[in-house]
Amino acid sequence: MNVKNEKLAIKIDDLTVAYDYKPVLWDIDLKIPEGVLMAIVGPNGAGKSTLIKAILGIIKPIAGSVKIFGKPYKTQRAKVAYVPQKGTVDWDFPTTALDVVMMGTYGSLGWIKRPGQAQRKSALEALEKVGMLAFKNRQISQLSGGQQQRIFLARALVQNASIYFMDEPFQGVDATTERAIIKILKELRDAGKTLIVVHHDLQTVPEYFNWVTFLNVKGIASGPVKDIFNDDNLTKTYGINYKVAINP
Amino acid sequence: MSTAQIEIQLIAALAAMACAIPGVFLVLRKMAMISDAISHSILPGLVVGFFITQDLNSPWLILLAAVTGVLTVVLVEFIQKTRLVKEDTAIGLVFPALFSVGVILIAQNANDVHLDIDAVLLGELAFAPFDRLLVGNLDLGPKSLWVIGSILLLSLSLLILFFKELKMSTFDKGLATSLGFSPLLIHYGLMSVSSVTIVGAFDAVGAVLVVALIIAPAATAYLLTNSLKKMLVLSLLFGVFSALVGYWLAHWLDASIAGSMTSVLGVLFLLVFLFAPKQGVISAIFKEKQQRKEVSLLVFLLHLQNHEDPRERHVNHLQEHINWHRIQAKTVVDLAQKNNLIEIENQVINLSEKGLQFTEEALKYITTNKPTAIEDLKNKFFLFRG
Ligand SMILES: Nc1ncnc2c1ncn2[C@@H]1O[C@H](COP(=O)(O)OP(=O)(O)O)[C@@H](O)[C@H]1O
Ligand SMILES: [Mg+2]
Repeated sequence: MNVKNEKLAIKIDDLTVAYDYKPVLWDIDLKIPEGVLMAIVGPNGAGKSTLIKAILGIIKPIAGSVKIFGKPYKTQRAKVAYVPQKGTVDWDFPTTALDVVMMGTYGSLGWIKRPGQAQRKSALEALEKVGMLAFKNRQISQLSGGQQQRIFLARALVQNASIYFMDEPFQGVDATTERAIIKILKELRDAGKTLIVVHHDLQTVPEYFNWVTFLNVKGIASGPVKDIFNDDNLTKTYGINYKVAINP
Repeated sequence: MSTAQIEIQLIAALAAMACAIPGVFLVLRKMAMISDAISHSILPGLVVGFFITQDLNSPWLILLAAVTGVLTVVLVEFIQKTRLVKEDTAIGLVFPALFSVGVILIAQNANDVHLDIDAVLLGELAFAPFDRLLVGNLDLGPKSLWVIGSILLLSLSLLILFFKELKMSTFDKGLATSLGFSPLLIHYGLMSVSSVTIVGAFDAVGAVLVVALIIAPAATAYLLTNSLKKMLVLSLLFGVFSALVGYWLAHWLDASIAGSMTSVLGVLFLLVFLFAPKQGVISAIFKEKQQRKEVSLLVFLLHLQNHEDPRERHVNHLQEHINWHRIQAKTVVDLAQKNNLIEIENQVINLSEKGLQFTEEALKYITTNKPTAIEDLKNKFFLFRG
């Protein structure tokens, strides 16, 4: 794939990440052009979540560099939004759906400054967009899995970022919500945003995404879905023959 | 009330409030036991600080002890990171070690140090008014009032300034990190404030009871609200309540003040645990019953709507047709009747106008399953509560 540098949303060189000295990502090189809706696929434990966390500086890599629009992440925070994998937050925390969505605005506020009417308004708009306005005062544990996922999508929306990372947003979500979420993601892509989504359901990759990265500790392939989403790469990634699973 | 009595209550109330603030965040971070570790392991810090300053209320002594507290947290986390033991084990390893160093230091220097183990464990609130802050000839009140007051002011200011940061990093560390807030800094900030607070309150209520003041108000408030702000306000109120009621209880029973305060907190927690409107044990039982009743009502009304045949709708046949106990059938019929959902004519039950409307909407809800429909129906349901 020949992607010109200036159009790159993300450029990763020689990235290696380890937990307790055990490498879980080996020497990753990855170029993600701006404006794609990209799936990251790979088996459990392939390091998909770790890759996102390393890009976002949540985990420190032991080697390699990550550039967002050509600059280090630290200077580009405002341009990036992140929807974590379910179960990484405390669901019993005394907070409401609206409150959680408001947290998306904290980054633009910086330290100490408190959210006000403007932040509240954009949070309400985001809730409306994901169809969750009626639940704004619910404690978050009293929402279904799909509803919780919508709340986190809304939180990413208020960040008004250029790049969105989502870690398995369809996990434990009903079909209606999945369709609603993918519709919003496609709208965002059409508006020029870059979206990077960890995805498990290989069947829906061609329908949902236009870009894909195969990952299993090492980067296996990355490019347009129509060019590289094939049995060969799936077999390399999952280690078994995927012909049956993918071809109808 | 004498001045001394007022002063003691004031100190107790301020100590309880100062403890409640970090307590809320420790409870939410599931780190309540770390306060236990800190409260014990600050002992060597206190003793060494006392050697240097010769003054139990010196700010330097408080700072030194607080450093020991933070050190405890660092040690616990270090041991935990090795993954050889779990967090509670790590806590259990660290604080007895540090505490015993403190005990040995006291024993070795018993003649020079006016610290005794009883006071360390249980505090001496009743004596607090005797140790006064004097500037020249001017009496500014008990020293510990100033100490705990300053600490409360400090943690209140920090809370107000960094409320948003504390909330976010407690709820979702990943988000806090990715937005450029340092959860590590906030974590150690919280640990430092906790340590300083524990050292300050420790003088008044002792090492064991300071833990109760930290955990109990927050744990009680947690059962009562879905809002962090309300949880903080409730914790502060519970703290003050326990101080005042605890004081008079102690006065009346001629018992330890700190002990009475803790008992009040314990009883308060128990009451809330049983009777809290949303999460209490009793309300949970009641709610389940209510829900079962509501579902039965729905099933019953849908049955009526479904069946034209009067035999299916005869009062006496209801029981066998939907297979209910007589009591359950009677409760449901009564509930439906009380809410004007049905009319009974010659022992045959008919849906009323309202009942028809309701079943129609319920069906809509069941078939479409739209979130808004659920909300509407829920509102309707509340109208129906008998
Ligand atoms: N906090 C952690 N500490 C140690 N090992 C971890 C941690 N998180 C993940 N791992 C390990 O790193 C590997 C990759 O994990 P992860 O990135 O979550 O995979 P994926 O998201 O692809 O399922 C797995 O082997 C996992 O066990
Ligand atoms: Mg994962």
